[in-house]
Amino acid sequence: MTTEHTYSISRSSKASLIAAVLGLLVLVVLAAAPLWAGRADMRLLSEVFLYLSLACLWNLLAGYAGLVSVGQQAFVGFGGYMLFALAMFAGVSPLAAIPLAGILGALVAVPVALLIFRLRGAYFAIGTWVIAEVFRLSFAQISALGGGSGTSLPVALVRSIASSRSMREATTYWMALGMAVLVLVVIYALLRSRKGLALTAIRDSELASQSFGIDIWWHKFAVYLITAGLTAMTGALIFLQKLRISPDAAFNVNDWTAFVIFIVVIGGIGTLEGPILGVIVFFLLRETLADLGSTYLLILGAVAIVVMLKAPKGLWGMLKERTGLELFPLSRRVVKNKT
Amino acid sequence: MDWVNAIVQGILLGGLYALFAAGLSLIFGVMRLVNIAHGDFIVLAAFLGLTITTTLGLSPLVALALVVPVMAAIGYVLQRGILNRTLGEDILPPLMVTFGLSVIIQNGLLEIYSADPQKMSAGSLETASLSLPGDLNVGVLPILMFVVAVAVIAGLQWIFYRSSLGRAFRAVSDNQDIAQLMGLNKAHVFGMAMALSLAVVGIAGVFLGIRTSFDPSIGPGRLIFGFEAVIIGGLGNLWGTLVGGIILGVSQNIGAQINPGWQLLAGHLAFLFVLAVRPRGLFPRID
Repeated sequence: MTTEHTYSISRSSKASLIAAVLGLLVLVVLAAAPLWAGRADMRLLSEVFLYLSLACLWNLLAGYAGLVSVGQQAFVGFGGYMLFALAMFAGVSPLAAIPLAGILGALVAVPVALLIFRLRGAYFAIGTWVIAEVFRLSFAQISALGGGSGTSLPVALVRSIASSRSMREATTYWMALGMAVLVLVVIYALLRSRKGLALTAIRDSELASQSFGIDIWWHKFAVYLITAGLTAMTGALIFLQKLRISPDAAFNVNDWTAFVIFIVVIGGIGTLEGPILGVIVFFLLRETLADLGSTYLLILGAVAIVVMLKAPKGLWGMLKERTGLELFPLSRRVVKNKT
Repeated sequence: MDWVNAIVQGILLGGLYALFAAGLSLIFGVMRLVNIAHGDFIVLAAFLGLTITTTLGLSPLVALALVVPVMAAIGYVLQRGILNRTLGEDILPPLMVTFGLSVIIQNGLLEIYSADPQKMSAGSLETASLSLPGDLNVGVLPILMFVVAVAVIAGLQWIFYRSSLGRAFRAVSDNQDIAQLMGLNKAHVFGMAMALSLAVVGIAGVFLGIRTSFDPSIGPGRLIFGFEAVIIGGLGNLWGTLVGGIILGVSQNIGAQINPGWQLLAGHLAFLFVLAVRPRGLFPRID
């Protein structure tokens, strides 16, 4: 008597189902934070969500499309400035200005991409940095937005978000959480789609994917625009929370790119779970070591180098290699059916 | 006359930018490595020069004799110890590791020297100037820097195309595996390339420190100037970096002449313009 098995292809696994249920629970608990968390906790959590969104976007760009950018602060700052400009000069309500800032960010990314896509690899990276510098120096020239010293969001506009202070803080908190969820959903949907399959192929081997007829330039271009738009939206939210913007803060390479890269590298590049793990590790490190000032940054730099040399796939990559664990059901696996 | 002056000063400033660029161009040519910490090494060299001049009471130009070998040694050890492990198909590891180094150097310098701007004093050399026909006054120091830049690039050019070390550089650049089969130790050759790159960085850093005030945060800006000069001049062309540096220096000075706030912007725009019309630079040598 031979036992016969049938096989099928499945994406979900028990781990991914459990992760989905737990993820939803965590989301509900986080969404209720205005009920249980203090003001400082909510600020910190908002910052975590916005960094998570920046990290996921950078991971999509570098980890999947192979576009290693050190100039994403160009779009963070651009989004922030667009929020201020739209709210102050066009009379758009700050909340409506956020998606508009995203659209404008994607639009401005078109000429930028056409120009810097001429550079390859590491030179592309520094090219993106030059673009961010051009943005910073240009916004510093606009005297209506406060020039080099920046400007604050007028009180009347701040009041228009919500009447009471606690309601305002809850609104910006929910928006930060919503932004992180939006970014995760967009990236997850993108990677599950046909385009995502092409992107994963490009990540694994450009040469092989090209020979399968994938238009690499177009895919990279599309990812660059999507990332720029969502990064600009995140930037708009960051500066809606700060209520003040200046060229040096808006286009800061350390805040909006270096930390984001550390998060992704430490967590695990090229996986969806990596940036989530990375952002948790990053904020744990920051909250315990931030008092050390520049020593903390020294440690962060050293940790990034060690991770890159010893575990180039990051913490999540190490875990995945050992256990095959995958929380977001992206890869396909063969499953033996019970008969 | 202001304009002629701005252009002449810009050309001389281009010499310093060429010094920033030459080291970058060299290591990219040999091993396709882009050192994100390049600018921070320039600042490190400036601080090293500062420490030597203040503790030993030497003139900055004499201090070069110490700074250059120390920087070269750092380069060799760094390449053999860390960077060689990151080289390969994937461009991400060298980028991330040098990015981490950049953060480490910046914050290390901040710990030791604080964020206050510093400057090296070169005595009477700083104020000495030559009167040129047509009411032009050109400082001796900028001229000296330009002459040194030309000499350094000529020297690198000679090493690259006339010496046995240069032959090794070109061999590993063309094909690492075959160079290895021919008895070259590529780990050592790469180490020598980085040593040479940081030796040039040593010269650039000391001159930077004499010319302007500096603090630990200005490294990335210097990396960008060097990078722009490399791309404008054309990848892999050492003399091209001098042309690129001059174009950058002249654009910045013309921009500053129109409006002081446009100095850096004008340089970046010149770079983007070249990128738009000649994506491979003006005189490219390699792909």
